[in-house]
Amino acid sequence: MFLQSSLSEKSTFFQKLRSLDYIMLLTILIIGIISSFAMYSTDGGELRYHSESHIIRFVVFFTMMIFISFINIKTWHTLGYLFYIIVLGLLVWASLFGITAQGSQRWINLYFINLQPSELMKIAIIICFAKYYHRIQIAHVNRIRNIIIPILILIVPISLVISQPDLGTSILIALSGIIVLWLAGVNIKYFFYSSLVFIISAPFVISFLKPYQKLRILTFFDPDKDPLGAGYQIIQSKIAVGSGGLTGKGFLKGTQGYLEFLPEKHTDFIFTLFSEEFGFIGSTLLLILYAILIFRILKIGSLSRNFFGKFFCFGFGSAIFIYITVNMAMVLGLLPIVGSPLPIMSYGGSSMLATMIGFGVVMSAKIYSRQLIS
Amino acid sequence: MIGSGEDSGFKKSNTINRRMFIFAAAKAVVFFGIVGRLFSLQINENKKYLTLSDKNRLREARLPPVRGEFVDYFGNRIAKNLTVYQLHVVPEQVEDFKSLIVRLKDILNLSDSHLQELIKKKNKQKPWETLIVSENLTWDEFSKINFYLHELSGARPVLTVGRNYPYNDTYTHVLGYVSEASVEDLVGNEIIKERNVPGLRVGKTGLEKALEKELIGTNGVQRFEVNAYGKRINQIDFKEGEQGKTIKLTIDTEIQKYTQELLNERAGSISVMDIYTGEIIAMNSSPSFDPNLFLYGIEKNKWKEIKKNPLKPLLNKTVSGLYSPGSTIKPLVALSALENDVITTNLKVNCRGHKHPLELYGMKYHCWKKEGHGYMSLQNAIKQSCDTYFYEAARLLGVDRLNETAIKFGLGNVVLGEYFNEKKGVVPSTKWKKDAIGQNWYLGETLINGIGQGYIQTTPLQLCLMTAQLANGGHKIYPKIIFENNQENVETIKQKMKFAEEKNKEDSNLLSATEKLFKKGEKTYDALYRNKENVKFVLDAMFRSTNEIYGTSFSSRIEDPKYQFAGKTGTAQVKRITEAERELDLKTNQIPYKERDHAWYVAFGPYNNPRYAVSILVEHGGSGSSTAAPIAKKLFKFVIDRHELREKIKKKNLATTDI
Repeated sequence: MFLQSSLSEKSTFFQKLRSLDYIMLLTILIIGIISSFAMYSTDGGELRYHSESHIIRFVVFFTMMIFISFINIKTWHTLGYLFYIIVLGLLVWASLFGITAQGSQRWINLYFINLQPSELMKIAIIICFAKYYHRIQIAHVNRIRNIIIPILILIVPISLVISQPDLGTSILIALSGIIVLWLAGVNIKYFFYSSLVFIISAPFVISFLKPYQKLRILTFFDPDKDPLGAGYQIIQSKIAVGSGGLTGKGFLKGTQGYLEFLPEKHTDFIFTLFSEEFGFIGSTLLLILYAILIFRILKIGSLSRNFFGKFFCFGFGSAIFIYITVNMAMVLGLLPIVGSPLPIMSYGGSSMLATMIGFGVVMSAKIYSRQLIS
Repeated sequence: MIGSGEDSGFKKSNTINRRMFIFAAAKAVVFFGIVGRLFSLQINENKKYLTLSDKNRLREARLPPVRGEFVDYFGNRIAKNLTVYQLHVVPEQVEDFKSLIVRLKDILNLSDSHLQELIKKKNKQKPWETLIVSENLTWDEFSKINFYLHELSGARPVLTVGRNYPYNDTYTHVLGYVSEASVEDLVGNEIIKERNVPGLRVGKTGLEKALEKELIGTNGVQRFEVNAYGKRINQIDFKEGEQGKTIKLTIDTEIQKYTQELLNERAGSISVMDIYTGEIIAMNSSPSFDPNLFLYGIEKNKWKEIKKNPLKPLLNKTVSGLYSPGSTIKPLVALSALENDVITTNLKVNCRGHKHPLELYGMKYHCWKKEGHGYMSLQNAIKQSCDTYFYEAARLLGVDRLNETAIKFGLGNVVLGEYFNEKKGVVPSTKWKKDAIGQNWYLGETLINGIGQGYIQTTPLQLCLMTAQLANGGHKIYPKIIFENNQENVETIKQKMKFAEEKNKEDSNLLSATEKLFKKGEKTYDALYRNKENVKFVLDAMFRSTNEIYGTSFSSRIEDPKYQFAGKTGTAQVKRITEAERELDLKTNQIPYKERDHAWYVAFGPYNNPRYAVSILVEHGGSGSSTAAPIAKKLFKFVIDRHELREKIKKKNLATTDI
């Protein structure tokens, strides 16, 4: 054990390079390429604003991810809380001085990029919890103190994001946090009771939502009630996916996307566009790619010798899974429409940045899997 | 290293792995769920969503149907489609609508009110819908637009088809006119509703309206791909529409034009009919108006002018104008009296002039002739149109028997059926009066009925039909205005009439009177008489009326047997003549226009082999012999001169359509 630890400390650059997870890298690259083509299609078969900046971002953040991979996992552990506090600060900054767009104040203008701190919070919350539970012994997990503190850590950013207002992201942040709580061994009865409380209080919560959010949730249950209004997105999305058939309409031939029937086709509905053009086969292949990616992340987590890496990989892998399934279930009409991007595929710099940081930390957990953190 | 935590770390690791495993299993289930959802949408329900997606993206634009044309008997086009130059604007494609409109106003000299209307229209419709700026540009304007087109972004010069009536007001009352479909048109006619497109022209009156179904044609269809905002992206498919049927009329344009010339803007009507085939060779109502004015909406002051004209150009007098037939009814009264055996041709009546009028229950009944006709036979009474004789004949005949004959010969009923807004007119009877007015019939009314005054009301076309059916020997014909391919030639018709005559003789011998009553006079060429000699007698008397001295239309006769015709004048009073007026004996031009008599003339010719019947009416034209009969003289010459030509083209018409 000691030997291994000293080995990892002193391993050469080439050894590090060799221990990168190439399957994961390749999968990310393929999904990135697919996303570039999809973005090209949303631009109507021309290399225009969306496709161009998406490709540039992917290349930049992919490179950044590889750099992050070489940062010792220990460093991430050390800076865990700081990272959380910085992102939280950015969230406060956003809600005070942020840029307002489409009725929601969620961006900070950094001149070269409009940063959306709530996207970064999805990662920060996992890092923060991973560090928190890294040291706590299993016997102490269910102490009242150790329940209250994580809940506070979780509730502060969530309430900030909800107030932006951004229901989709706040739900995803909550889910990311809750996964780590679950993995850490928090008693099942807490999950049981809190979900019970949630269900009972749901009607009251809904009554506090903004009218457009309420409408979205209500239309989910009956989209045909208002086919030109709130139900429009769900209906058009289902038409696009359904009309794709087994093999799809072909690259650049998706009429629903090309003729502007799809709303937000760059961001939340990118999968719809992809599915219309590449059909059941294409969609299933994309799902399999995501499954491989998640599987690799979980695998790396199970091989990690330190609990921080384990918690982060399991947490992040599960969070990615949740982002994917929430997005897909949403565009396939299985969940209400709440803003939630599809990792790597959707247009959006902050989401891409957060996702790539996550992949970088996972990769670092792989390279430094034998690193022990006291 | 972990020390005492070794055991705890192991436990912790176990917990994490166990929980991760549970979660991973749930993930697998969810992934399969999503694949299942994809499968159900993309494979199971693919067809449904494909249809929905096509419905989303494909729009059909219906093009206006191309209307069928009208041709006359000789194949001349009398209502056709012309290339029309229009200017369309799609507001969505215009950068600055206001400046474009101002620019167009300069180029086309548009009026301010037109401009305001355009802006109003534009605000009402969707931005991608076509706005028709000008419906009928001249070639000069059209080329001007094309010249300036580079600075008129969004303006589209368009070639399309519009209706045109090359003979202007000659055919107005026959064809009617077309104009933009109104709400009533759409509600009243399924076919119009089905084929409607913005700017569709539909028939408003006349044959254009009656034959809408045949004329309208089918829409061409353009299929477009549109985006979510309804904007056309590109054309997928184009299906040309079918033009409406071409309809051939029996009318001869030259004769039709000539009748118009003869009426010369006076209020009146002329009809010419083939007495065997029933074909209407001319049918004119005067004055007329130019139907081309209505195509793009008539100007207000022009419409007012037409509407307020006291000569009523909007009324098709030939079929919808009701008039007392006056003396033109006399041949029919004579025939009826003879047929019913109430008089013989030998009956003589003394007409003693205004000093000794016929008196009945204290009422006086005057002949038109002040000094009286003296002793009149039936023949002379028709020839000289003696009223006194017909008072007596009518008295003997009674109104109900006259009614029967009149209806048999086509009065009191529509002539052409559903094509026009025809009036039935009135042929009175005791029962009619009881039903319509609720009073008993007075004998005095029978008397004035016998000279074509009183309740009796006829249209000019009815009198033309009556004359034709007398002239062909008393046989039923059905008038037609639309050329029929499968028609019999005249010789065959004559034979059939002969056959009907023979049959009629047998019937009379058998005395199957009751059966006759119901069946006779319904089928084409059926005999309308009991005794052929009676018809011959009446026709002979009409010949004398025109061609013998003292005949009422003697001065309008033609001696050349080729053109020689026989007729009966009529002078229909429009008001009751008072004793004072009778004393004054005013000339026509001394009486106010509205109180002048209507001038009638019905005739057939050539006499020795009759073929054509005419009826002429000049409203408030004075006496029939001075106003209407001279028109017939000119008309017969013209019609008979064109007979050869007509027969020739008929052979050709029938031959070409046989193939």
